[in-house]
Amino acid sequence: MKDNYGVVVIGGGAAGPATAIKAYDCGEKSVLIIERDEQLGGILNQCIHNGFGLTRFKESLTGPEYADRFIKELEKRNIEVMTETTVLSLSADKKITAINSQCGVFTIFAKSVVLAMGCRERSRGALNIPGSRPAGIFSAGAAQKFVNIKGFLPGKNVVILGSGDIGLIMARRMTLEGAKVKAVCEIMPYSSGLTRNIVQCLDDFGIPLYLSHTITKIEGKERVTGVVVSKVDENKKPISGTEIHIGCDTVLFSVGLIPENELSKEAGVELSPGTKGAVVDQYRETSVKGIFACGNVLQVHDLVDFVSEEAEIAGKSAAEYSLSGEKIKNYIATRGGSGISYVLPQKIDVNTEEDISLYFRVRLTIRNARVNLKCGENIIATYKKPILVPSEMQKVKLSATALNNISGELSVELEGDKQ
Amino acid sequence: MFDVAVIGGGVVGAMVLRELSRYKLNICLLEAEDDVCMGQSKANSGIVHAGFDAAEGTNKARFNVLGNRMMKAVCKELGVKYKNNGSLVVAFNAEQVETLKALKRRGEANGVEGLEILGKEELLALEPNVSDNAVGALFARTGGIVCPYNLTIAAIGNAMDNGADLKRNFKVVKVEKINAHYKVFSENGECVETRLVINSAGINSGEISKLAGDNYAVHARRGEYILLDKTAGNLTNATLFFTPTKMGKGILVSPTVDGNLILGPTAEEIVGNDTDTTAEGLAAITDKASEMIKNVPFGETITSFSGVRAYNDKHDFIIEESKNNKGFIELIGIESPGLTAAPAIGKYVVEELVAKRLKLEEKTDFNPYRKPDYFFGELSSEEKNEIIKRDGSYGKIVCRCEKITEGEIISAIRENPKAASLDAVKRRTRAGMGRCQGGFCQPYIVEILARELGKELTEITKCGAGSEILEGKTK
Repeated sequence: MKDNYGVVVIGGGAAGPATAIKAYDCGEKSVLIIERDEQLGGILNQCIHNGFGLTRFKESLTGPEYADRFIKELEKRNIEVMTETTVLSLSADKKITAINSQCGVFTIFAKSVVLAMGCRERSRGALNIPGSRPAGIFSAGAAQKFVNIKGFLPGKNVVILGSGDIGLIMARRMTLEGAKVKAVCEIMPYSSGLTRNIVQCLDDFGIPLYLSHTITKIEGKERVTGVVVSKVDENKKPISGTEIHIGCDTVLFSVGLIPENELSKEAGVELSPGTKGAVVDQYRETSVKGIFACGNVLQVHDLVDFVSEEAEIAGKSAAEYSLSGEKIKNYIATRGGSGISYVLPQKIDVNTEEDISLYFRVRLTIRNARVNLKCGENIIATYKKPILVPSEMQKVKLSATALNNISGELSVELEGDKQ
Repeated sequence: MFDVAVIGGGVVGAMVLRELSRYKLNICLLEAEDDVCMGQSKANSGIVHAGFDAAEGTNKARFNVLGNRMMKAVCKELGVKYKNNGSLVVAFNAEQVETLKALKRRGEANGVEGLEILGKEELLALEPNVSDNAVGALFARTGGIVCPYNLTIAAIGNAMDNGADLKRNFKVVKVEKINAHYKVFSENGECVETRLVINSAGINSGEISKLAGDNYAVHARRGEYILLDKTAGNLTNATLFFTPTKMGKGILVSPTVDGNLILGPTAEEIVGNDTDTTAEGLAAITDKASEMIKNVPFGETITSFSGVRAYNDKHDFIIEESKNNKGFIELIGIESPGLTAAPAIGKYVVEELVAKRLKLEEKTDFNPYRKPDYFFGELSSEEKNEIIKRDGSYGKIVCRCEKITEGEIISAIRENPKAASLDAVKRRTRAGMGRCQGGFCQPYIVEILARELGKELTEITKCGAGSEILEGKTK
């Protein structure tokens, strides 16, 4: 078995294959993807609904179809893939220890590593929701896997906590399979899912969405028998006297995604409190030289098209590093102004000839927005956006010429009508 | 006819059963639930207490100190994780320092070795994250931590490997005394005949004693807990207790033997076996833990749970043969430090109480080591590769958070006492106990269970009948 690679991509989900293809096409012919599941594609495989690829391919694909576009491209190239293989550890000098049935525990060395491990769902336990702990409590993703991959329905009467996209998609999916979705509860005053999913998954099926509501108790001994739902105040604290009892046998949790950065931390990669992913520059290089990150392990995306775009940036950079070594960089920091939860990349090399994109998320809905990129008091660029919503990642472009003239922190500032 | 029937597969019953299995006896364990270790032994703090809490001369004091001395060796034989991390009872004012001195004297009277009073600086040097408001602590070097459900399951498994019989879903509803032996009936109408009965039924031990005509009052208290991810497990090395008050020991902050951080328990009087968590309870834990230690990363919470504890009015362990019924041994009110005391209680019950009624003849082939007596994840790469070469399923990680392999899950389903549900697999292997709480591995484990047990996916339960995980096939 080979134990040295130019680029090793950890994770073969939505981001990994696009990264590997790009690295290969940029001249690095020694590329390996390590994937823990039996096949490539990750969570896309269980997302059998459509709407993927509208930006990238200008058509509406299902998750598996979207993944397949990349897997087909991958197969045309001499890229190695190890499936059913789990990375156990990663060091700052890019030594990877992994395990599988054929090779046992083994070690490989990489010139560049791309972190593409994705994210996990926040669980019921993380929320400290009181009550009992019976059968019938699922993360939305686990329920999706049971329904779409295994062909089994988790329950008949369902309450969903969290209006993230997976929760909304599962509300529709369970309804189509004959279950009754009695309520979707969202602790925030707005949904964290895409507007199109609210319309197509809830409104079209008459499923009620309770904003500013949360589950305050789960009932049932062996199996869930019901939940208590309460309205919350502006501090997200349940308001006494607003309790509603809803009988159900199933509770799905769609309460946020957490980038899976356990390996990143082990390698000493600096993490950002805003994204819970690595701090990166525009090349998607982390604080550890030669370790790059992309996809949901870096920032939680709402559209896979942006994952692919980010994966390609990381793939190109990883190949350049493995082939030509370190670049000399001249960094400035980025920062989000009031109302912005994070800006990515967190630092920018201004010694660049390429235009870059800045990604950010807003905390509140803003209409008639102006996004100003400022360096000190100087406005470098302004972008008009009719509406900015928390559930949608925002993207603005900045030219290399503009960048070359910046010295000092680059700040993303918002103006507009806050709601 | 059995020689001894043990009622209740908690840690006390488990340790009694294992001690019995050393001898040429026909023994069985009667467990009301679908799996063993379903009561107070599965949801407690997992502390191996040093033995300074209980008053001199009590059963609690005696068996605590003896059990503490036995724990390391027992865990080694059973392949159970144990760590001698030490305990600190932290004082926040001068009055509490006086209580610490009294605890030290009491501990010494009980036979606890290595007790020392620390000043503020010594305490903070040992545990820098302890609150700056602390003024001192009692350091108990013999304090430790253990996994309570691993210990219970492993002891029962070891007893079974040595010939003990396990009857699950055997909820005892009637006991008949017939001359020199007993007939014990289950809710389902099964009957076990036995010469001796050992009542180690935890919170149900009062009810069981009544079936035999005894009358021991047993009450239940609920304790809620919050468990944090392993990223928070190094916030403290030792187990941190508040100085006890008339209200009890209060909540503790401790690493678990698996590397998580545990906060709790609360103490609420309850009726029956109500293990709900409550908003008030969880909030109380959060507040108290923050008084003990700085910067608790509550964002790293992975789960909350609660457990029940049986106690009697005397607040001491009752370990005796029934006065009315010869051969009916009552183990009642084994609350904290029952986990620590269990190995010593097991030994005492068999060598002193059972021996009075039955002739004990040691087996020549008793094997004190449980199969498997190791944790795969703790082996070296070379050792792992030896196993993977024989069985490739050990190369396949199923639970990514805890890095548990398919091989370990299959072993839990096949080895004594066989896991037959999702929770049973979880307690034996830790699969599903990590930061994603089974979000990723649950569908795989359900499949492995179905395959190994020759069942349909829809028949697989979380924790026994009525807790089926799936409703049916999709359209």
